[in-house]
Amino acid sequence: MPEKHYLNATYGIRSWLLTTDHKRIALLYLASVTFFFFVGGFFAMMIRLHLLTPNGYLLTPDLYNRMFTMHGVTMVFFFLIPSIPAILGNFLIPIMIGAKDLAFPKINLLSWYIYVVGGLFTLWSMVNGGLDTGWTFYTPLSTVYSNSAVAPAVVGVFITGFSSILTGLNFLVTVHTMRAPGMTWFRLPLFVWAHYATSIVMILGTPVIAITLALAAMERLFGLGFFNPAMGGDPILFQHLFWFYSHPAVYIMILPAMGVISELIPTFARKRLFGYHFVAAASLAIAVIGFLVWTHHMFLTGQSTYAAVAFSFLTFIVAIPSAIKTFNWTATLFGGSISFDTPMLYAFGFLGLFMIGGLTGLFLGALGVDINIHDTYFVVAHFHYIMVGGAVMGYLGGLHFWWPKITGRMYPEWLARIAAFILFIGFNFTFFPQFILGIMGMPRRYHMYPPEFQIYNVMSTAGASILAIGYLLPMVYLTWAAFYGKVAGDNPWPATGLEWKTQSPPLTENFDVTPVVTWEAYDFHNRPDLQLDVPSGKGSPVVAPAHGDD
Amino acid sequence: MHRTGALFGQFKTLEQQKDTATLGMWIFLVTEVMFFGGIMLAYTINRHTYFHAFAMGSNTLSLLLGGGNTVVLLFSSFTMAMAVWSAQTSRKGLITLFLSLTILLGFVFFGVKYVEYAQKFHHHLVPGKNFDISYCVNNPSKCEDIDAADMAKEREELEVAAKADPDLNAHAQLYYSAYFGMTGLHALHMVIGAGLLFWLLRESVAGRFNAEWNNPVDIVGLYWHFVDIVWIYLFPLLYLIDRHK
Amino acid sequence: MSENEHTEHIVSPGTYLAIILTLLALTGITVFAAFVDLGRFNIVAALLIATIKATLVVLIFMHAKYAPERTKLVIIAGIFWLAILLFMTLSDYASRVDYRGVRYPMTQIIVPSIEQRG
Repeated sequence: MPEKHYLNATYGIRSWLLTTDHKRIALLYLASVTFFFFVGGFFAMMIRLHLLTPNGYLLTPDLYNRMFTMHGVTMVFFFLIPSIPAILGNFLIPIMIGAKDLAFPKINLLSWYIYVVGGLFTLWSMVNGGLDTGWTFYTPLSTVYSNSAVAPAVVGVFITGFSSILTGLNFLVTVHTMRAPGMTWFRLPLFVWAHYATSIVMILGTPVIAITLALAAMERLFGLGFFNPAMGGDPILFQHLFWFYSHPAVYIMILPAMGVISELIPTFARKRLFGYHFVAAASLAIAVIGFLVWTHHMFLTGQSTYAAVAFSFLTFIVAIPSAIKTFNWTATLFGGSISFDTPMLYAFGFLGLFMIGGLTGLFLGALGVDINIHDTYFVVAHFHYIMVGGAVMGYLGGLHFWWPKITGRMYPEWLARIAAFILFIGFNFTFFPQFILGIMGMPRRYHMYPPEFQIYNVMSTAGASILAIGYLLPMVYLTWAAFYGKVAGDNPWPATGLEWKTQSPPLTENFDVTPVVTWEAYDFHNRPDLQLDVPSGKGSPVVAPAHGDD
Repeated sequence: MHRTGALFGQFKTLEQQKDTATLGMWIFLVTEVMFFGGIMLAYTINRHTYFHAFAMGSNTLSLLLGGGNTVVLLFSSFTMAMAVWSAQTSRKGLITLFLSLTILLGFVFFGVKYVEYAQKFHHHLVPGKNFDISYCVNNPSKCEDIDAADMAKEREELEVAAKADPDLNAHAQLYYSAYFGMTGLHALHMVIGAGLLFWLLRESVAGRFNAEWNNPVDIVGLYWHFVDIVWIYLFPLLYLIDRHK
Repeated sequence: MSENEHTEHIVSPGTYLAIILTLLALTGITVFAAFVDLGRFNIVAALLIATIKATLVVLIFMHAKYAPERTKLVIIAGIFWLAILLFMTLSDYASRVDYRGVRYPMTQIIVPSIEQRG
């Protein structure tokens, strides 16, 4: 272990709570995001336990509504949206571009405090009245008729939105102005491109949900009326404003995970990424086109048929850049020298599960089919495949991959591989039956169901208990490894990228001397210092000698 | 705490620091565009659907006060730009002068807004239980600040509008929700701007700004101009819906 | 190399004065136009004039005319996204036609007024 690093540079609780070091802030986020993950997981457990029986003996209908609402709000706003950007993004982006810190370190710290305050506020409202409107807060239930603590919960989410906005702003400016000499745009790791695209979405989308929630809160508290039909208002207006953000929000959740995968696959195939430029462009395309599809959540609201057709078409278009990325990752594997370390297992899991989740999105985007499967468990399975099978796998893969860099110590590899398998199996048992339930017609957000659906619900709950073990294991062994794991060294994998040229854990200022970059990303073919068994040029399609900067 | 003008640790040059801060402010302003955009959308849809109610509501606003406030804010943008120029040309005394004028004009705006809001409370035009678009027409003695000629016009307009829209009161309340929502949000941003201006004033009195270092003045200027642009749109949208009747 | 270099262009007070006078004149024209019956085009005129005023403020007062390309891209992106929000949502409302071919913009429930409902 190096003598001096960011973890032992200063001691004491104040040095952590008042830090401006992006790496320490990332760890602050890790602690709070993990906390909210388990809060959301608790609500999920309640849902699945309740659904073991068709008649719902465990919870009252009202309490059930509260469970799925609070599960959704916690997981979306307090786990998925911050997870990769605020933890891995914060930790890695400055190092990956050769900078000492982000552009605005104090704003970074402020971001964390805003997140904590918003989160605690919402949590408080969950125990003081709860929330039963669904995480989508549709009006006029949320603004007029609900008997739950809608106003404080909505204010809590509003506050947390600013954390997202400030993080996105920080990332955008950092990538523009803080890159080291020689780090041109097309030498950036794709993890950085992914976060740049994510930040665009955060900046342009989050303010809209901010104003929407502000209006909803004012409607609830002061009886405004924009969304209340009894006063001439329009609930569909709320849905337009809500989904204008919440659809791009799902891209905030998946783009960073895709960025992680773009780092994992070249490393564990020992090969440069196939089609770097296309993957970078696809990230931006997803961010932009993702803003043009939101009405596909509203196909059954009585909206204009012409608008529905246009949005359905755009929904199909937005799948294309994701497909381009998936093909490019697969092409990277082809002819590579593949090793099955834990991060790679998560990457493989991502590839398969994201593909299923993404393709089922096309089913939902087709107008005629959606009439039958809207608001059924098909939708629930679809988004869990992407968010859990995709984003959470990416998150865990990234955590494992960079854990040696963050802590200087390695996690136990065999235990981690077992945990990854348990997670994969548990996940599929939980959510695949839900596709079947959806096709069979089981609606979502219902506290009871016809008895013929019970077998699949029981399967799903059983899977969820296995999934839970898959989540608990990493929590335990990663924490153990941080203190007692084998010392990792600078570059245990080995991988390319500036972060692997620094010590593990890094110095507070990341680099002794500002690096000057003269090489392209994922240059495995050009790194004799890594002593890899890189596939030779013969017979395999891709290893080209390094060319000048793009 | 760093003194204004000192180089922060993560930057290599002062130029990089300035450039970064300016880009940061522009991106922040884009978030504000989207923020106000949401309420503009709500306004647009409701205005289109309930035109009579919105026109009625708009005509109860004082053109003199609204127009006056528009002029005040435009001038404050001018004085803010002059403050930036003074900093760029190292005219330290003028920086303080122009910042003070900008703050002063801001407070004039607040004062006029207060008068307008107080009038709305008095006339039962605040969304809520007591909202009544016909209050002043039915109780002219309670609304002495409306003169006889205007009162007659309002009565006539109310009759026509009520015939066209049987639920006029509820829809007029939507107009006032938009009015208070949009001007309230705008006023909140102005208060924040005034706070920033006070901070700038303190720094300029301490002589911190000159041709080499005037980035904070520039950045706060960008914010203040943006708040002015929001009002440039709010004025015709709220005050000038249907004046020609 | 990061995109940090641009020389500072100092706009003269004379230019600022010309702009503020133009803005005041445009404000006057807006008010005047509001009293002329242009039917559906009153709103078009009002928004057009407001946009001209806003453009002047952005270009000259906010120095966007002399800013690096990146700043101009940020501004255009902001306006473009606002346009997406407004136009795509309005396109839904504007094109709503039911199975009889009748337009239906929004909830038009005629309910008793709040006082009567009690």
